[in-house]
Amino acid sequence: MLVPKRLLTALALTVFGSSAFAADEVVVYSSRIDELIKPVFDAYTAKTGVKVKFITDKEAPLMQRIKAEGQNATADLLLTVDAGNLWQAEQMGILQPLKSDVIDKNIPPQYRSSSHEWTGLSLRARTIAYASDRVKPEELSTYEALADKKWEGRLCLRTAKKVYNQSLTATMIEVNGPQKTEEILKGWVNNLSTDVFSDDIAVLEAINAGQCDVGIVNTYYYGRLHKQKPDLAVKLFWPNQADRGVHVNLSGIGLTKYAPHPEAAKALVEWMTTPEAQAIFAGTNQEFPANPTVAPSAEVASWGNFKADELPVEVAGKRQAEAIRMMDRAGWN
Amino acid sequence: MAHPAQRRWYPLVFVIAALVLLPLSVLLLSWQSIDAQIWSHLWDTQMPRLLGNTLTLIVGVGIGVTLLGVSLAWLTSLCEFPGRRWLDWALMLPFAIPAYVLAFVFVGLLDFAGPVQTLLREWFGMGLRLPRVRSTGGVIIVLILVFYPYVYLLARSAFLAQGKGLMEAARVLGQSPWQAFWRVALPMARPAIGAGVALALMETLADFGAVSVFNFDTFTTAIYKTWYGFFSLSTAAQLASLLLLVVMLVLYGERRARGASRASNERPRVKALYHLRGAKAWLASSWCLLVFACAFVIPMLQLVVWFWQRGRFDLDERYTGLILHTLYLGAMAALITVSVALVLAFARRQAPTPAIRAGVSLANLGYALPGSVLAVSIMLAFSYLDRELVIPVSGWLGGAGKPLLLGSLSALLLAYLVRFIAVAYGPLENSLARIRPSLPEAARSLGVSGPRLFIKVYLPLLLPGTLSAALLVFVDVLKEMPATLLMRPFGWDTLAVRIFEMTSEGEWARASLPALTLVLVGLLPVIGLIRRSAHRIG
Repeated sequence: MLVPKRLLTALALTVFGSSAFAADEVVVYSSRIDELIKPVFDAYTAKTGVKVKFITDKEAPLMQRIKAEGQNATADLLLTVDAGNLWQAEQMGILQPLKSDVIDKNIPPQYRSSSHEWTGLSLRARTIAYASDRVKPEELSTYEALADKKWEGRLCLRTAKKVYNQSLTATMIEVNGPQKTEEILKGWVNNLSTDVFSDDIAVLEAINAGQCDVGIVNTYYYGRLHKQKPDLAVKLFWPNQADRGVHVNLSGIGLTKYAPHPEAAKALVEWMTTPEAQAIFAGTNQEFPANPTVAPSAEVASWGNFKADELPVEVAGKRQAEAIRMMDRAGWN
Repeated sequence: MAHPAQRRWYPLVFVIAALVLLPLSVLLLSWQSIDAQIWSHLWDTQMPRLLGNTLTLIVGVGIGVTLLGVSLAWLTSLCEFPGRRWLDWALMLPFAIPAYVLAFVFVGLLDFAGPVQTLLREWFGMGLRLPRVRSTGGVIIVLILVFYPYVYLLARSAFLAQGKGLMEAARVLGQSPWQAFWRVALPMARPAIGAGVALALMETLADFGAVSVFNFDTFTTAIYKTWYGFFSLSTAAQLASLLLLVVMLVLYGERRARGASRASNERPRVKALYHLRGAKAWLASSWCLLVFACAFVIPMLQLVVWFWQRGRFDLDERYTGLILHTLYLGAMAALITVSVALVLAFARRQAPTPAIRAGVSLANLGYALPGSVLAVSIMLAFSYLDRELVIPVSGWLGGAGKPLLLGSLSALLLAYLVRFIAVAYGPLENSLARIRPSLPEAARSLGVSGPRLFIKVYLPLLLPGTLSAALLVFVDVLKEMPATLLMRPFGWDTLAVRIFEMTSEGEWARASLPALTLVLVGLLPVIGLIRRSAHRIG
């Protein structure tokens, strides 16, 4: 296993008791919830003695807090659950480049910011879920095809206010152009069997209960529900395998502009891209590790291999506002 | 011209008003630049629907909480029927349930995929068509069920305070119970009812948690969307300041409708006025029971079921910390907020000059803003103070030159203060109004003045109102989410923070653990609240 040298030094320092290092800490503002990050940070603290303090909230308030703190920053790192918000953070000028050979080696370029201001840590595939007793997988092909008349009254969607749907729409605009995408969105809205839901779990439950036959969800929600209800009559389908691939977003991290502990923060991020941390980070939520050398968990692997969209995830951020306006016009609430 | 003695109140009131004005001016400053693209988009595609939705919600909730609150208060305070003694306080318990919790319990229980509809489909087949749960009607019902206690509490104490003489006089004059209600009790209780409805409507306007579970778009959801989606905090602040304008109109209307409140310190009744019998008694019992079941028993049962299925596996020693933080924040905020509100209420009574009245009204505005918007305005204001004041001054004094406010416990407590002054001010002003001016005058003529006057005369009379105010703030702080999320110091997670984390992931069943704990923690003060105000022997 690959262990960065820095880590070994850190480990050695902890073991042999260096007060200077042990007193070090890293502060993270996170929109990823407590139970999905604490295990990773705890593992890091156990390993290096570096304390990781964090606070959780939604992205927009956290970013505003970083901006308001300015040069008196407390946060070293901003951790989000999607690329669109990281791109926004970059635009707001609250991040700084984090150049590291370790990160460059561990994470493929399409999952990092081209300006090195942030890097992805785990991938989250947003795919089609279908009722296994009422829909044959052959009937499904692409996201776009869900706008087809044959799905009228059979589709369930989550609210357009969720950034995951905004990112999906943004990448569709990039690939299909605005006009075609807007027609597709209108088709989706027309095919809805009921009002949009406030979360992905509710979409899956609705498919399972027979309220609708197909929906679009992030895979880890399926993983969670499946764990609770092993007899779930819902399966996952990988769309667009003949063209661009399944839409993937990412949970990622960026170094704040005025980070008080930039070196310690860099060490933490580098460690988080290593196989050891990747397995915990992605594993706790059944996501796909962003480091391609790390295999996903057995359950995640059981959903099958798929071709993922290789479009740089930054597109999600660039076209987010355009996507929201289009979703509004299409009547997707 | 203000009397010199009156002017003594100016500095205190102005400092408090300035505290509230600080975040509000952040909102107003947002108007410096206008993003025409977002505005025209909102105007073209969103506004008509949002305004329509918001208006429907306000009217629906307003009528609902009035009907529920007043009818229940009338029954439990003036009538005698089976179950009245415990329903009297039980009907206040729903106040401990946060709106966002009732919303996800309601939707989780009753939506298509929930246990109730699943069972019905098993009995009657897939073809069964039931009314949609996530609908305008559904949101309105949920908000009525969580917000009626404001009206109930205030109307109830108003009815109780009316004393026996008046209603008995009405009776002797040949008025039927209905006529007495419409002509005597209701007009006299109108200020209290108005205050309760105003609180409920301000909560409704500011609500984000419950409406987003229903995905019901209101003006407030548009504020959030503009910020979280378009990343235009300034447009969000502009929308919020418009919302504030509406609230100011509502409050102004409420003040106008209230008129001059009359002092009345008759002796409270000790016996019920109307002993209901037969069908009437059963009707009264069933109505109270129905509301209690829908607003409290059923949601609690669902939470317990979820807790047993999923929530209990999350229970660990960290909950001790969560509960302690929650309690500490609630208690500290209650103490500070009530003290400040007491100053305002006294100032307004002793020195009702236009300047004081304006200052007091201003200080009461924080409650109406959506929590997140208020939180971010306070945060911006505090970071400004840190930058411009705290750091230079502490540097000058030879200190570390570090920011003090942002991220500190005191900043969070100040945020609660700004948000909840109005909640404490209402009951305090009411109970102060009930003290006739002749009483302190008499005390003064006997040579009692200053702090001694306050301790010997006012405090005993104000104690009930002060306790009510403190308990209301306490419970509201327990339930508060956005400011806590944004401004809590490291390690200060509360139960509401945990609920946020679970529900933001759609994990309603697991949110049952923090939700149930929160309700249980909130129940004790609520029971205390109602026990204290039950100065009537059944």
